[in-house]
Amino acid sequence: MKKECVTMLLAGGAGKRLGLLTKNLAKPAVPFGGRYRIIDFTLSNCLNSRMYTVGVLTQYSPLELHKHIGVGKPWDLDRMEDGLTILSPFTVNDGGSWYLGTADAITKNIHFIERYDPEYLMVLSGDHIYHMDYDKLLRYHKEKNADVTISALEVPWEDTSRFGILNTSEDLKINQFEEKPIHPKNNLASMGIYIFNWNILKKYLEADARDSVTNHDFGQDILPAMIMDNRSLYAYRFDGYWKDVGTIQSYWEAHMDLLEESLSLSSPNNNWKIYSHDSNFAPQLINQQATIRHSLVNNGCIISGSLDHSVLFENVQVADGAVIEQSILLPGVRVGENVILKRVIVQENVTIPSNTRIIAESTSEPIVLSNENLESIS
Amino acid sequence: METMMGLINLEHEHDFLNELTYFRCGAATPFAGRYRLIDFTLSNMTKSNISEIAIFTKNKYRSLMDHLGSGADWELNKRHGGLFILPPQWHDPSDVSKGDLRHFCNNWDYFERSKSNYVLISGSQFISNMNYQELFEAHLESEADITLLTTDYVQLPEHDTSLKVEVDENGKVKAITNDTKNPHVFSGIYVIRKSLLYALMEECIANYKNHFFLDGITSNLSRLNIHSFSYKGYSAVVNSIDSYYQQNLALLEPDNYQRLFSEGGRVYTKIGNQAPTKYNGSAEVSQSLIATGGVINGEVENSILFRGVKVGKRVKIKNSIILQHCKIEDGAHLENVILDKDVTITEDQLLKGAKEQPFIIAKNRTI
Repeated sequence: MKKECVTMLLAGGAGKRLGLLTKNLAKPAVPFGGRYRIIDFTLSNCLNSRMYTVGVLTQYSPLELHKHIGVGKPWDLDRMEDGLTILSPFTVNDGGSWYLGTADAITKNIHFIERYDPEYLMVLSGDHIYHMDYDKLLRYHKEKNADVTISALEVPWEDTSRFGILNTSEDLKINQFEEKPIHPKNNLASMGIYIFNWNILKKYLEADARDSVTNHDFGQDILPAMIMDNRSLYAYRFDGYWKDVGTIQSYWEAHMDLLEESLSLSSPNNNWKIYSHDSNFAPQLINQQATIRHSLVNNGCIISGSLDHSVLFENVQVADGAVIEQSILLPGVRVGENVILKRVIVQENVTIPSNTRIIAESTSEPIVLSNENLESIS
Repeated sequence: METMMGLINLEHEHDFLNELTYFRCGAATPFAGRYRLIDFTLSNMTKSNISEIAIFTKNKYRSLMDHLGSGADWELNKRHGGLFILPPQWHDPSDVSKGDLRHFCNNWDYFERSKSNYVLISGSQFISNMNYQELFEAHLESEADITLLTTDYVQLPEHDTSLKVEVDENGKVKAITNDTKNPHVFSGIYVIRKSLLYALMEECIANYKNHFFLDGITSNLSRLNIHSFSYKGYSAVVNSIDSYYQQNLALLEPDNYQRLFSEGGRVYTKIGNQAPTKYNGSAEVSQSLIATGGVINGEVENSILFRGVKVGKRVKIKNSIILQHCKIEDGAHLENVILDKDVTITEDQLLKGAKEQPFIIAKNRTI
């Protein structure tokens, strides 16, 4: 059956810079924001933008991720005709191989895309935190009569070397794509969200597959080749909140951002809900001695200690006299009496014994605490 | 292996909660921050491997049907069995049955179709988190006709209307009474063999009776072998405004909370997809049960906030139950108050009920 637009969600990344957080977990499956996993933001954007044909490309450590996504039920993507399909690397007649790059992952699934005979292909990555209406992006793409549209946002000039930078003319036509430039000419950064005219992209993917000296990557190979051929590439300006939680520092910062009273992403927004699994824990119980300021707390938590600038996932218990500051406590964490934590990310199901004191100085990276390093740190 | 089917019979439950049950039946009344009363019984049934559950509704069941939907949130949207909501809708002119017997008789084909030989019958007002398999095993072992689930209470006013059970040393029920001094309270939950249910139903209808339990079982006490099974875990009976208020607030005691929510596994309810609760800089919360989706800027003490409640700055909430999506604007003070859902309390309002008689505001009001 024909669909106008097929969405391919890249969720196979290892997220190596997240260290312990992605040791046994794909980056899109990393818990985020007190109740979600990172990929929930992208999947919820798909539902809220009425993008109902979604392929999720997985590769690295996919067990938790696959269990979380399932058939896509929390995002209403369990549909009769299209809906969500998990696309993992596979073997074929002549062998088969892992996905070698972002472009290769799409190339290997051309047979999936062609089932829907689409006009447009949207490529997303499953590791960013933002709310976005992809339908607006698609309409913009059609208005501009573009071959490719890349969603982009202005980043501070000092951060430009971390991003793919788009150099554009005034009408936002892209003349140059610079991956992590040292001397940037612009501060408009690619968000890794692309819409392609499928018939054009397909040609480039097929050419890329035949090429032996390529990284099979959109940013390094496909987009530069299209610019070289004078294709019409446009930038789409996005001006909401967007965060790449690629490092422990940025993961922690994104959580502190959520605690801002004014941030639209964290205000309960009924028009743009983020969906996820629910484990049916009871409401949180806040005991007599507790104090809670500038914090997010989920179901099943029992709090007796004090919380400031912290995010607590479900089923976390904080005992009397504990002081938790600027920390992130993942599901199932138990904090003993008089524990002091500052700038600590505690992984799932870690029990911190009473009177433990763990403080990360504000000049250093936040500490990630897991069952493996608990004894050596505390 | 013998199995049970489940039946939640709401026919004889009264709409006892004044403003809270103007537009919904008692079973659909919100309870404990994120649940409805019926969730506890329904979750217990699911956890007891009961895979087909019928609900006899009487009236005001729109909110109940909205809550239950297909039963997916209780894993009851199944190819085999699942959830059957049976509203009172029948037009057989020759039908002479009355009361809940009309439900049994008009829906008998539903019971007949099931492969289960036993039926577990319950109301919605007994709040517990338990597995009914133990009761079922005791029932099979004793070879009783009927086994009643009872529990012992220090008498509270809400137990006055519950039936009490007198038992001999073998666990056999000798009398079912209203004796307010008897602490063995009948929970309204019992197991009965399907064939006996049918026989008693026929007999009741033939005699123009209207209450299956009172006319079919209590009246036949002498010729039936009725046993009682005593439940020792946490439980509460909610059948009045007073018990609703007290039993909600009782869950603020950590011990009660742990016993209801931690011992028997999770209680299922309709998923609301709310964000975690946000506590801002001026929040002061103590001894409270808070559901998700809320934003708190004020003071909350000894209270329950349901999903999505917004608490403004300088607000004080004490000994109150605030149902979902209420908005308490800056400077408002609430004490001993129950707000039904979607109520807005405007700036600097003061509302105060008595501890024995909480002040209730019906849903959607702006005060």
